[in-house]
Amino acid sequence: MTGAMRGRPGRGRAIAGAFLLVLLFLLAFAGPLVSPWGWDDIDFTAFLSPPSARHWFGTTQSGRDVFALTLRGMQKSLIIGLSVAVLSTGLAAVVGTVAGYFGGWADRALMWGVDLLLVLPSFLVMAVLSPALGGGWQALVALLAAFLWMVTARMVRGMTVSLREREWVLAARFLGVGATRTIVRHVLPHLASLLLVDAAVNVSVAILAESGLSYFGFGVRPPDTSLGTVIAESRGAATVFPWLFGFAAGLLVLIVLAVNLLADGLRDVLDPQLAASGPSAEAEAEVTADGARAGSGAGSGEPAVEGSAG
Amino acid sequence: MNPRGIGTNVLEVQDLAVTYRPDVRAVRGVSFSVGRGQVLGVVGESGSGKTAVALAVLGLLPDRTEVTGSVRLRGRELLGLSDGEMSRIRGKDLAMVFQDPLSSLTPVHAVGDQIAEAIRIHSGATRGAARARAVELLDLVGIPDAARRARAHPHEFSGGMRQRVMIAMAVANDPLAIVADEPTTALDVTLQAQVLDVLRTAGEAAGAAILMITHDLGMVAGFADRVLVMYAGRAVESGQVEDIYRRPRMPYTIGLLRSLPRLDDAGGRPVPIDGAPPQLNALPPGCPFAPRCPIAVGACWDDEPEMLPVGRPGHAAACLNTPATRDPDAVFPLTPTELLPPIGEDDAARARTSREAVLDVKDLHRFHVEQRNSFGRGKGLLRAVDGVSFDIRAGETLGLVGESGCGKTTVLMEILAMARPRNGGRIEILGEDSAGLDGAGRKALRRNVQVVFQDPFSSLDPRMRVAAILAEPLRTHAFPSEHIPDRVQELLKLVGLEPSHANRHPYGLSGGQRQRVAIARALALEPSLVLLDEPVAALDVSVQAGVIDLLEELRARLGLAYLFVAHDLAVVRRVADRIAVMHRGRIVEIGDVEHVYEDPAHPYTCALLDAVPIPDPVLERKRGRVRLPDVPPDAPRLETGCLFRQRCPRYLALSEASRALCDREDPVSRSIDGEPDRMVACHYALGVST
Amino acid sequence: MAGFLLRRLANYAVLVVLAASLAYVLAACALNPRANLMDRSPRPSAAVVDAELTRLNLNDRTPLPRRYLTWADGVLHGDFGHTWEGESVNGEMWRRAWVSLRLLLGGAVLGGVFGVLLGAYAAVRRDRFPDRAATYGAYLLLSVPVFVLAVLLQYAAERVNAMTGTQLFAWVGESTPGAGDGTFGGLDALADRARHLLLPTLTIAFGQAALYARYQRGLMLDVLGADFVRTARAKGLTRRAALLKHGLRTALIPMTTYFSYTFGMLLLGSMFTEKIFGWHGMGEWLVDSISRGDVNVVAATACFAAVTVLLAGVFSDVLYGILDPRVRTRTR
Repeated sequence: MTGAMRGRPGRGRAIAGAFLLVLLFLLAFAGPLVSPWGWDDIDFTAFLSPPSARHWFGTTQSGRDVFALTLRGMQKSLIIGLSVAVLSTGLAAVVGTVAGYFGGWADRALMWGVDLLLVLPSFLVMAVLSPALGGGWQALVALLAAFLWMVTARMVRGMTVSLREREWVLAARFLGVGATRTIVRHVLPHLASLLLVDAAVNVSVAILAESGLSYFGFGVRPPDTSLGTVIAESRGAATVFPWLFGFAAGLLVLIVLAVNLLADGLRDVLDPQLAASGPSAEAEAEVTADGARAGSGAGSGEPAVEGSAG
Repeated sequence: MNPRGIGTNVLEVQDLAVTYRPDVRAVRGVSFSVGRGQVLGVVGESGSGKTAVALAVLGLLPDRTEVTGSVRLRGRELLGLSDGEMSRIRGKDLAMVFQDPLSSLTPVHAVGDQIAEAIRIHSGATRGAARARAVELLDLVGIPDAARRARAHPHEFSGGMRQRVMIAMAVANDPLAIVADEPTTALDVTLQAQVLDVLRTAGEAAGAAILMITHDLGMVAGFADRVLVMYAGRAVESGQVEDIYRRPRMPYTIGLLRSLPRLDDAGGRPVPIDGAPPQLNALPPGCPFAPRCPIAVGACWDDEPEMLPVGRPGHAAACLNTPATRDPDAVFPLTPTELLPPIGEDDAARARTSREAVLDVKDLHRFHVEQRNSFGRGKGLLRAVDGVSFDIRAGETLGLVGESGCGKTTVLMEILAMARPRNGGRIEILGEDSAGLDGAGRKALRRNVQVVFQDPFSSLDPRMRVAAILAEPLRTHAFPSEHIPDRVQELLKLVGLEPSHANRHPYGLSGGQRQRVAIARALALEPSLVLLDEPVAALDVSVQAGVIDLLEELRARLGLAYLFVAHDLAVVRRVADRIAVMHRGRIVEIGDVEHVYEDPAHPYTCALLDAVPIPDPVLERKRGRVRLPDVPPDAPRLETGCLFRQRCPRYLALSEASRALCDREDPVSRSIDGEPDRMVACHYALGVST
Repeated sequence: MAGFLLRRLANYAVLVVLAASLAYVLAACALNPRANLMDRSPRPSAAVVDAELTRLNLNDRTPLPRRYLTWADGVLHGDFGHTWEGESVNGEMWRRAWVSLRLLLGGAVLGGVFGVLLGAYAAVRRDRFPDRAATYGAYLLLSVPVFVLAVLLQYAAERVNAMTGTQLFAWVGESTPGAGDGTFGGLDALADRARHLLLPTLTIAFGQAALYARYQRGLMLDVLGADFVRTARAKGLTRRAALLKHGLRTALIPMTTYFSYTFGMLLLGSMFTEKIFGWHGMGEWLVDSISRGDVNVVAATACFAAVTVLLAGVFSDVLYGILDPRVRTRTR
């Protein structure tokens, strides 16, 4: 109630993030159309040349145009980030709600699987498997998604467990509404904002993970390129030939920043009470109860709870 | 001004106004004063601004809240002091007791340390001395074994004990004034009176003025010297407690008193006040109560009335039409619901046993493995429901009452699960054994058994519109979809809502309206049994009566049977035909409402009835009460004999030889005086020859 | 509490065994040490390669289950096998673990403490300048990958060195050879080590601080309006004292849940930091061994990572119990 009156504090951030992201998308996908060089062209007359009218971002040791390479890398990073986020958040929603709603055996088995995946050194597994799966970016997407959903799933499960005991869910159950329908109609809509925010966060995590893997040569591999590989190529020379490093690194930071801003703004806009949540919703639930109550009390001038519970 | 002739004004508040950002005017000019040793009760429903008054006096309102007017403590102006200056006054001269003792104590510090801290801040006492004083204070507020318990943490205390700790903390530095904000609201009825006693004693020991803020008119009646009634951020009536209760002059006060369900018969039937309090950010001109007022005149809509003296000295009311309130009974006439045909006439005429049973529960058990264990003892089995049997016949209402944690909600959940009871027992619903139900059978049975929960704020999916909420049961049970919109309108009308409400979300409705939607949803499929879990406990008093009226009316029109779970015995008396009293998972007494309330046989029933406050200062002060001791959570749990004997006043009065029976044998439920429907589980029940 | 911890430990132990085994099997299937050996010049004969691979238990012609059993048997006896160069994995692992510890400890502690304080402060000053600055600072830092942050710090350090004409910052390796030969001997060597530690520590501390600050701010916001903080103020504590003694103390409890998560980020960050700053720790070892196809080392580092992550989990459980009296009396 109070959040609405204050004019939604996260709105500015969400809009700024979204705007920045749209610009970056435009740059990544429309930029190559105006670039005189293709990403795989080689200019034999210019090796390691600094930014100029001919090569806007300069060239690499092998004479490739850094502008074209960087945009190509951006495209890859953006596509990978988005696909991973959709896949992993979807998986997290399914596993989390099923485990949380049904409880018992399904819960224990699924959460044990989550624990196991969390213990596995994910970077190592991805680094080992990604080349073995052929090194294509689709394989990379699958791998990243497979290792990104667990924390969200835990969070979704925690919230589902508390939603399951909420009276409107009980009411649906006691009306005779089936389990699947109850999850879809009464549980998922209340997780929507969480999932949306989490998907956005996962975009940035996936982009960072992808570039990290590619930086070590375990992710996107030459001749294909991503922001990570462009930055990796500048290794050791970054301080001497800053254009090799600066443009790719700057754009990478901008993408992640834009996504983070969007995610965090969304979090505040969609649910003021969720404004402060981190990776563990279970730990959160205990504390937020106080804050939320204090908030609603301030709005109406009275505490929200009157009368004692049975 | 003050009947006991003690002291001068300690706390004086003039023209206090509080505005929450950006434009919620929670308090709009309230003035009062409290003298040494005096108790002023500030009464109001949610949204009246009473809590904002309390926080403003202590300077604890959120940042950037606008506060104007004057708050003087012994002549010293408090408004405008810095946090540093206020912190030297707070806790020393001006103390506070908050509503919810669970969240008001820091979970990570031992209670003794938390009290000692209050002492050390102001006196500079050594750690040891402060601790010793904290133990003394715990002892003063009636915590047994105080030295040991001072080292325990808040989660190891029961609610009543926590509130005692809060009081100990408040009186630690002998304050001039204590502000108590709903100090008993979160507690069971048997504890409320005790905590009030503690507060009174501690306050008297400190000679403090007490500002008691509450929504509960019954509670203040026996506690306060003077009462101030608030509505929509303004004081609307104030005076000596006798004047307010016996000769109220403001229609709102009258309505509030009339809408209270009472244990005694005085005052007749509760009458609801129609409508809801106004929104504080968009107040129209005129008296804010005018839209709900049955005696409003034209001028009421022009200007907000001032508080003017009326009747005896010290009595003031903010009402233009005080001539019309000289006879309070004439202000709120009886509603036409009274004229309905008597409930279930043809059924009621027949003997109870000859009617069919819609619900039959036999020897129901439900155990929980205990999650939390105080003081690190081994884990145990919590017998939430321990052999409960009762039945409900067609068209009748059974009230299931007991304190929190007695297992009444668990019983309800076991019935609603419609499965074989996990820990034994048998549940028959409309003649069908729940153990034998398959998925389809269960779903078919759910049509006939519906539920209404306590809190209408959480029982309606906040993301759905009212129309979708009401359509859900219809869709689920294959109601022809072309008839659904009509049926939704029919249901809205049935529960007294407007057709336009169908398009609203729950947050666009008031508490009473939401509960009406919940009731409509329960009735959508025309069930024969409705389980009501504290259906009015979360509602304001003035709205409660309306919902209860609705429930009664529906029962008469549709021939429903109710299982009415509640903690408020006054409400149950009003709605139920029969009553079952639960204690620690058992039904200790069951029978006809009239009989049980007139001649309670079990000492627990007696104590529960005793604890219910009567909203009449004269009667309330005359009552002698039997106090039920609160059993600390770390007390050894009884496993043999009568489980009530730890708290039983009758047990205490018995001779050693007679006690042996209680110690040894678990009392079996037996019928009284040959009435098969009146049972009690006590070796020494009243009115039963042994 | 003790029983609860023991059960958690047992569960963790099973998870470690499974995780390590899975990592070994994956590495043994996916990596190809044979190809790497064949690439040596002069090109060894097939028989020599076979013998070498068998000696290292890396021969892909031995059935996987047998290789796994040989490896697992060794691990159970505390032997992680041999590296590709034929050295013992155990010895190298301990040496490198100490290197990593020296690198990470300072940064993690510094970042954690600073982050918690900053987050709590930002929450108290909500929506004012310090909060905005801290929040946006944390955003920016969280958006900068470690390998970019490290390079940026190097770049800045280079400018500082050039401007001051000194070698204030050094960023290759753990020490400069011969640093201890100067007039002050041991002192010089210590100063040299400190100079080398500065940049990598900052790299790690920045990331950790940003994470902790984000979490702590949220947790602190939740207790700002809590009833017990109000009670503390009603007792006569000033707002600041009430927030510190009652608010922050309570808001620290859920932080322990985040600890194990943050620890994972720390390990990951260490790989980049070690690679970029030339520290020969576990992170660098892992990256190099994957490139080389050194299955035993990969499995050993996986084991090591799993154990440390789980130790962090146990540590956060214990911390939770210490901070929260409600857990101490709970048995489950």
